[in-house]
Amino acid sequence: MRFSEAWLREYVNPPLTTEQLVEQLTMAGLEVDGVEPAAGQFSGVVVGEVLELSPHPQADRLHVCRVAAGGSEPLTIVCGATNVVVGMKAPLAVEGGVLPGGMKITHSALRGIESFGMLCSAKEVGLEESQGGLMVLPKDAPVGVDLREYLQLNDVSIEVDLTPNRADCLSVEGIAREVALLNGIDWNPQTVNGSEITSDDVFPVVVDAPEDCPRYLGRLIKNVDRNSTTPLWMVERLRRSGLRSLGPLVDVTNYVLLELGQPLHAFDAAKLQGGIRVRHGILGEKLKLLNGQEISLADDVLVIADEKVPLALAGVMGGSESAVDESTADIFLECAFFAPTAIMGKARRYGLTTDSSHRFERGVDPQLQHRAIERATQLITEIAGGLVGPIVESVSIANLPSRKPIVLRESRVEKLLGLSIPRTQLTSLLTRLGLTVEELPDGWRLTPPGFRFDIAIEADLIEEIGRVYGYDNIPKRNPASHMELQAVSEATLSVERVKDLLVDRGYQEAITYSFVEPSMLAKIEPELESIALKNPISSDMAVMRTGLWCGLLDAALKNLNRQQSRVRLFESGLRFTRVEGNIIQQKSLAGLALGSACEEQWGEKSRSVDFFDVKADLEAILRLASHEATVKFVSGKHPSLHPGQSAELILEGERLGWLGMLHPKVERELGFETRVFLFELDQDKLLKRTLPAFKPLSKFPQVRRDIAIVVEERVTAVSLTQCVESLSPLIRQVLVFDVYQGTGIEGGKKSVALGLIFQDDEETLTDVKVDGVIAEVLARLAQEFNAKLRD
Amino acid sequence: MDDILRQSLQQLADVQTLVDLGQIRVHYLGKKGVFTERMKELGKLPPDQRREAGQAVNLVRDRFQATLEEKKLELESLALDARLASEAVDVTLPGRGQGGGGLHPVTLTLRRIAKLFENVGFAVVEGPEIEDDYHNFEALNIPASHPARAMHDTFYFDEHTLLRTHTSPVQVRVMETGKPPLRIIAPGRVYRCDSDLTHTPMFHQVEGFLVDESVSFADLKGILYEFLRLFFEKDIQVRFRPSYFPFTEPSAEVDIECVICGGVGCRVCKHSGWLEVMGCGMIHPRVFGSVSIDPESWSGFAFGMGVERLAMLRYGINDLRMFFENDLKFLHQFRTS
Repeated sequence: MRFSEAWLREYVNPPLTTEQLVEQLTMAGLEVDGVEPAAGQFSGVVVGEVLELSPHPQADRLHVCRVAAGGSEPLTIVCGATNVVVGMKAPLAVEGGVLPGGMKITHSALRGIESFGMLCSAKEVGLEESQGGLMVLPKDAPVGVDLREYLQLNDVSIEVDLTPNRADCLSVEGIAREVALLNGIDWNPQTVNGSEITSDDVFPVVVDAPEDCPRYLGRLIKNVDRNSTTPLWMVERLRRSGLRSLGPLVDVTNYVLLELGQPLHAFDAAKLQGGIRVRHGILGEKLKLLNGQEISLADDVLVIADEKVPLALAGVMGGSESAVDESTADIFLECAFFAPTAIMGKARRYGLTTDSSHRFERGVDPQLQHRAIERATQLITEIAGGLVGPIVESVSIANLPSRKPIVLRESRVEKLLGLSIPRTQLTSLLTRLGLTVEELPDGWRLTPPGFRFDIAIEADLIEEIGRVYGYDNIPKRNPASHMELQAVSEATLSVERVKDLLVDRGYQEAITYSFVEPSMLAKIEPELESIALKNPISSDMAVMRTGLWCGLLDAALKNLNRQQSRVRLFESGLRFTRVEGNIIQQKSLAGLALGSACEEQWGEKSRSVDFFDVKADLEAILRLASHEATVKFVSGKHPSLHPGQSAELILEGERLGWLGMLHPKVERELGFETRVFLFELDQDKLLKRTLPAFKPLSKFPQVRRDIAIVVEERVTAVSLTQCVESLSPLIRQVLVFDVYQGTGIEGGKKSVALGLIFQDDEETLTDVKVDGVIAEVLARLAQEFNAKLRD
Repeated sequence: MDDILRQSLQQLADVQTLVDLGQIRVHYLGKKGVFTERMKELGKLPPDQRREAGQAVNLVRDRFQATLEEKKLELESLALDARLASEAVDVTLPGRGQGGGGLHPVTLTLRRIAKLFENVGFAVVEGPEIEDDYHNFEALNIPASHPARAMHDTFYFDEHTLLRTHTSPVQVRVMETGKPPLRIIAPGRVYRCDSDLTHTPMFHQVEGFLVDESVSFADLKGILYEFLRLFFEKDIQVRFRPSYFPFTEPSAEVDIECVICGGVGCRVCKHSGWLEVMGCGMIHPRVFGSVSIDPESWSGFAFGMGVERLAMLRYGINDLRMFFENDLKFLHQFRTS
């Protein structure tokens, strides 16, 4: 809502500066978004009247004018405008004046003739954007009066960002009412007199949908002056409210909308047939709107129709076929109350927002229509004359919103606001709010005024009290606290701890969008059913991620393009899949590593990150989560991972996640020129941990024996270590400390060096005893894996 | 004996290494050393000369030993100096090993917010991001076609399923199952179908609420006032401005004195001196109604804040879109935090 301060001050004029007024509105919940001067800065411009006009002897396009400017003698002014005529009144910048932009007016010779000022266009005095000849001032403009004073240009436009509950402030009168309330002063509503009926002509009105349109007023005004123009004062007020002048008939309806908050519509009566019918649309019916858009109606949409066709989308926008234009002589003026529920969402459905729908869906005062149609009639006849017909009204009292009384308890005010306000002060405040007040022993019975659609329950009243009393005047208090200890589960690892670990291991946390590009997702996780947005913001953010790799790969690519050669990223967030029709949202922790294993540094040979570097990072996480010994890394097949370098992580028989190298095919398709390692873990499963359980320490020394065995290439390390560990309780740990293939080892085989650590709880181990176990180990390895001791 | 003394002292004077010194020591003082031999030879002398000769040997041997100890200290000191010189490094060379990464500034900010509230007994709860219309809107007193829905540009999957537009549905989910008193904060991602210089289609919010027997607007003012001053670690001005949210009543926007210009007016605060940082209010009786909590017995407040906005103000970030571009040059700036 944008309005002129000067206009507002005609209704209510508190002793406040503009700044104070703006602050007061903002702190009352009518947030002021901007304050703009009504015109650019200029001075020394007065109303001038062109008395004489003669061609410039030296220049075809210039005129020499004698212009009255209030002084004893007319001034000689050289002017180049094409619309200059004798008798016209226009702004005249006199010597010493300064125009917007800083141009100073001095007397100067133009092609040999001395000019003592400059006649101005609306653009030159900062009132319009475009150049359009001299600004034509009304015939009755007083010559010599300062233009700023004459046009009240020392004014500002105030833009208020109203919340949806404050429909009552969507008019200058509404704002005036609020300002009066806040300052505890009276305000003067616009006086509206009923117009004299000068014609008997009526246009019949039938309302088929009284629940959606409880009140409909119509009036014919015939024979309006087609040549009339909108008076300058109205053009100016509309302009300062952000509206362009579109001809007197439309301007009047817009003006009344701004002034009173009541939308009206003017139809060209000559284009209507039979009578008005307010009804619901018929499925498939077409209506061409004023903005040129053709819409297809549905049966839940309210329309204004005549006998034959729909004319307007009720409360939203008129149709182009029945619109007024320069040739309109007879108009049918509509002024209705549409129920908010009938209008809500309808404009949005057709992609429209109009000043009218904005007001109707939030609620227009249902008692306002008579006053508004009379005000519009008054303005139309003042500007364009015409024969005024009687008002035709269709009203359904039962369907008009009724304001039910609300009981407000004094104790409740204190409880919810946290302060006690004296009862007399509260009663006075409630009265000033326009409520009908009845005192009760412990509170009040209150009936809200018709214009307050937002007051229906006790809480609404408490809000109003807080707001008008001033939030600033409510004290600050620390909430009373119950000293209750909260449960802290030690069996749940905090994800923040895992994040810290990854950070300490050189990973950078990323946050990527939850929606991704569908074709990229199809390359990464082709086997999962994804969930598509119905209204994505763009095609590359159209489906929900089924895992976190898409976002991380995309971020890695962008960083490679920004000259980064080493990228380590992780992210924690939800992944979304559809399983048997159900939406599954799972927390996931994923990471990516590419480039060198360590940052480039002196004294160490640089090498690329590999599977086992990233596996070590995962093992560190698993250690935190107590899963190091229980998780199995099983060689697995993932559609976007290298089949020879991918592992499925299995925890207690269920998949915990994946680790692997991005499949070379996908690597190439996505445009990577480097190997990429990825992991992703089910976060909830990961974070469930077991508490440490103490085992007594052995007092006896450890013994270590190393063996190197030769086995088939495909024999896994873990199968060897598990086999050895399970052989004897004396074997406490089995390390793999070397794997070798090459000279001295037969093709297709490998040498694995194992370090066995022995310890007994009862005695110091003897060589004989250890040798015995080693012999057993070798025998078992030979039997299970055909392993041979390496020479 | 004089010759021995002269010769041995000369040898000590010439010796360069501790190894050579050891050999000299053995040569003179060992079991078969010069002095030991001399002492053995004393027996061959007539008894009256033995004493004098013995003293002479002892004198020379003591002199030799003292000089040897001195020499040993000197050589040890030289050896240490040599080691120190040879082991000196350029301490300005960088350290080696795995460098550290960093947390995202949104995480840093979320942690800070959570910490402040957890310290006074708020528990952190999360909710689903794909929500149903009921929890995101209906239960929060935003029925279909309510004008407030236009303020939420919602991403839909179907008529009833959407991406949550705020973290407030967590309030409903917690109150559906939990019994008051409740003290909860709910951080998380939220989504709006809007993308320009100052909007990203995904961002983060923290919802907080407290329900107890007698919670008032004054309590809400108190806790948020303290929170903002503690969050920014600055004695800033805070103001509560009436506003409207369908799920709270009374509702307020919370403004802080612009932390960029100190309230004088700048581009960031649109020359108003104030920055809007939170929305809040007393939980609406209809919200209590939808979760069957009796508003006569319980009252509560709720608040919500945009995490990116707070992070931008805290760290001086001037472009919202940088949060989700994941440019390492941007992210690395927060490694120190």
